[in-house]
Amino acid sequence: MDRRDFLTPAKKALATPDLSGFKVSRTNTGLSPYTGTFGVNEIIHLLKRTMFGAAKADVDYFRTKTLSQAINELLTVPSVPPSPPVKNYPNSVTAGDLDVAVTAGSTWVDTNTNDGGVDAQRRSSFKSWWQGLMINQNKSILEKMVLFWHNHFATETTDIGRAIWCYQNNTILRKNALGNFKQFVKDITLDTGMLRYLNGYLNTNTAPDENYGRELQELFTVGKGIDNGTPPYSEADVKAAAKVLTGWTVNNTTNTSYFNSPKHDITNKQFSSFYNNTIITGRSGATGANELDDMLNMIFSTNDVAQYICRRLYRWFVYYDIDAATEANVITPLAQIFRSNNYEIKPVLNALLKSEHFFDVLNQGCQIKSPVDLNVSLCREFNVVFPSASDYVNAYYMWDYLRIQSFNMQQNIGDPPDVAGWKSYYQAPQFYEIWINSDTLPKRNQFSDTMANNGYTRNGKNIKIDFIAFAKTMPNPGDPNELINDSLTYLYRLPLSQASKNQLKTDILLSGQTQDHYWTDAWTAYIANPADTINANIVRNRLRDFYQYLMRLAEFQLA
Amino acid sequence: MKRRDFLKKTGTGAVIPAVIGGFSLRSFGEDSPLNTLLANATETDHVLVIVQLNGGNDGLNMVLPKDNYSAYNNARTNIAIPESKILSLNKFDKTGLHPSMRGIQTLFNEGSLGIVQSVGYPQPNFSHFRATDIWMSATDSNQVLTSGWGGRYLNYEYPNFPNGYPNSTMPDPLGIQIGSVTSLTFQGPAVNMGMSISNPTSFYNLLNGVEDPAPNTPAGKELKYVRLVSKQTQKYATVIKSAADKVPSQGVYPTPNLLADQLKIVARLIKGGLKTRLYMVSYGGFDNHSLQVNPADTTTGTHATLLKNVSDAIKAFQDDIKNLGVDERVVGMTFSEFGRRIKSNSSGGTDHGAAAPMILFGKNVMPAVWGNNPTLPANATVNDNIPMQYDFRSVYASLLENWLCVKNSDLQAIMLKNFPNLPLVNSASCKNVVPNTSGTNLITNDPNPFASSTTLKFTTAGGHTLIQIMDTMGRVLSTPVDQDYTQAGTYTTTFYSGALPTGIYYARLQNGIIQQVRTMMKGK
Repeated sequence: MDRRDFLTPAKKALATPDLSGFKVSRTNTGLSPYTGTFGVNEIIHLLKRTMFGAAKADVDYFRTKTLSQAINELLTVPSVPPSPPVKNYPNSVTAGDLDVAVTAGSTWVDTNTNDGGVDAQRRSSFKSWWQGLMINQNKSILEKMVLFWHNHFATETTDIGRAIWCYQNNTILRKNALGNFKQFVKDITLDTGMLRYLNGYLNTNTAPDENYGRELQELFTVGKGIDNGTPPYSEADVKAAAKVLTGWTVNNTTNTSYFNSPKHDITNKQFSSFYNNTIITGRSGATGANELDDMLNMIFSTNDVAQYICRRLYRWFVYYDIDAATEANVITPLAQIFRSNNYEIKPVLNALLKSEHFFDVLNQGCQIKSPVDLNVSLCREFNVVFPSASDYVNAYYMWDYLRIQSFNMQQNIGDPPDVAGWKSYYQAPQFYEIWINSDTLPKRNQFSDTMANNGYTRNGKNIKIDFIAFAKTMPNPGDPNELINDSLTYLYRLPLSQASKNQLKTDILLSGQTQDHYWTDAWTAYIANPADTINANIVRNRLRDFYQYLMRLAEFQLA
Repeated sequence: MKRRDFLKKTGTGAVIPAVIGGFSLRSFGEDSPLNTLLANATETDHVLVIVQLNGGNDGLNMVLPKDNYSAYNNARTNIAIPESKILSLNKFDKTGLHPSMRGIQTLFNEGSLGIVQSVGYPQPNFSHFRATDIWMSATDSNQVLTSGWGGRYLNYEYPNFPNGYPNSTMPDPLGIQIGSVTSLTFQGPAVNMGMSISNPTSFYNLLNGVEDPAPNTPAGKELKYVRLVSKQTQKYATVIKSAADKVPSQGVYPTPNLLADQLKIVARLIKGGLKTRLYMVSYGGFDNHSLQVNPADTTTGTHATLLKNVSDAIKAFQDDIKNLGVDERVVGMTFSEFGRRIKSNSSGGTDHGAAAPMILFGKNVMPAVWGNNPTLPANATVNDNIPMQYDFRSVYASLLENWLCVKNSDLQAIMLKNFPNLPLVNSASCKNVVPNTSGTNLITNDPNPFASSTTLKFTTAGGHTLIQIMDTMGRVLSTPVDQDYTQAGTYTTTFYSGALPTGIYYARLQNGIIQQVRTMMKGK
């Protein structure tokens, strides 16, 4: 589908709060390695940015590591791909559909279907599966990077249609997430899902389709200049790129892409001065496929690619505001690293995450959690127990519930608004703030309220927060002051004033009493006899109110 | 003629004073023409204001037993209020008030305040937290429930909240708590049905009682942004603020007085037209284990100041809503998680106890002292507690049925059990007719003192009748009678004390609205 079909004037947005007059200090720090303390605060900052939330157990794990060890570990991703999504839907009603041969609980990714209803349920299965991978992420940056690349090389499952291709697209994101970006672009260009999504499969010498040729440059590699300014490439470059890509199409039976040389435009392709007036020589027959490599070489010889991708990574991992100092001290040297490492992604992340800029206090706590980040990190930080993956029916139900929460808050994984991804990562001047409006903020609070109270129940299974279990992971939950301080350490990035903490303590943990020992007594009584439902309920009620309150404050929305 | 105008003109004349047992009340007679007239009127704009006194209020120094002053004085000489200083109550000579509660005295004598003696529950719990949870969830002492009675009521009235709310029928918050956190009282089966506000005009605090300054960092900027959206989009923001804005001036409230501050907001929102049914305010500091009085003058000191603030705040509130013309719609109620022991401790304070009086205020409250003064042993020991006469859930249930017009058939789902209905308020608008009962000494025992067994003689008006034997700690030791009587009449049953130690025991009779306690002595 052509994104431009939708470039109608934006509907009048909700009134934007006026923050003019609120002066923000930014920083001049750059990529010099961070040499300060690597303590709990820094680990939490690192994990909230590179994983979904800073789960206490993960923080404890990294406390035994140096900064360098921690980041090396986070940047080491599993070499084995995850088990593919499974059939969690009923058999097709269409007699003879191939899907009928797929047994419940085994994967459908290798079996075609001609039943549109089945494909829709497979897409849902795919999304649930992906959501599950986020919830069950290991201690690596992988899942945050997969979502980053999904936002970057955005596709929509409803447009792709065939769930197998959606899965294949996701597999390419996973495989290349920390690999070589140039190879990544080649893989994604030839991805079945992308060929379908941006009409590449219809792009032929007789009917060239410019859709992919444009987005390849505008959104995937070169970019439109700083903050969506004037593109450095020309319209002619879009047409030329489209011609280079003619002939690439998809085999619906084998679910592979291939080069169909008779459909390839064998003329020479002339590019603009931005590309040094490069001419890609037209080739006939199978060698026409090599024109793609020529074009990628040409594109990757510009400086813009590295600069653009580094800006996108910066907005994903640090903050959206790239001022002149950040451009000079962070983006430009990062782009230099990207180029000098032949577009390997890992050295860039390594330099960024180990930098004094990344750990600069002015860059902490300034991200508004995306819906997916909010929901997954809430479950991970509070150790919400999901059905095990082997109980796939119920596991998929729960993952799907969580996915739909993010969907309702305007982030539907697998279906971003368009090929540009979510506005929060490119739309100046609001960026992340776009996530928060009068519709989504109450939904965020409602979700945390639900998880704090009855949770979600389906098919006899329930997911909810066990606040007692969470409090037990804190160092000294019997001391109300320490419990509050420690909980805030893990859940918030901004400090609360002592007055606020006192109020929380008195109003909630002490139920209006003034002496701390009332909480200590209650906790001690519970620990001494956890089977006593009355003792447990006394502490559970208070912990629920306490954490529910913390999750409702604006501070909870920040990471 | 509007019903209210009618009430104003004829209400007093139609009220029939009656004296029942150890207590008296005024009630609408069954055959009163007023009842017939009101039968078609359904009042739906009633408001209940719940005043929580945190920490366990010493009820025995608040509502004083003038008829048993010497036992009172013996039990707590170091903190006892001098007999001459006790404030008297019109027509209730046996009972008086702490001298700092002149406002409460005035309201009582003017006919808009009631006192329920010795409210508690069987098997009282002496932990602040657990006792508070029991009062808020309205459960049995050994029952654990995560919802509150107010929340269950609001869930019954407004099912499926928050989905579909606010709407045209209920555009306003269902329950409002003044303060930063909504309490267990408003916790519904699935979500909390209440919202907390600390200031109706500075709106951000509606959602967040706590707002720390935003630093001038990127994080501070984003925090500020989220807060602003929160402020703009809180769905009840507009209605609350506009309700508050409709009331530019109010009566004079005492300052500094934290309870008065809260009640002032409540009065403003009620007058402003919110349809909110329940309000809750709280006032702390009652956990006075030591020095609750000034030793040089026991009528002053910590507890006296607390009681004065409660009294002044309620009086100012009552005056204000009267002036604002909304007093017809409002009933208030105090509660505390427990009372204190009968005997004071040696540090001039009192330790955690059991039953204590509740205060009901409002134009439509029956001005009466409900029940007898608590029985005090001549030589109280540290373990002696005031036994309950009224179950607190009976008070809640009565207010729900008679004031908030919950159907009797639905009441049990909210209150979990059936509780006797007490005619604490003018229930005419809910069409609940209060029976005119009378009688004295509904339960006696003979012999008394007794050695091993004693015969209880009790009079029931028919229907469900319950007799519980309790010790001075309020523990229910046995239940000799728990059955329905088809015939009204006087019956007997025998209580065998078995291996129980010698000492004081109580026989508590409950039959409909009638609850009486008989003190029994087990001797050798």
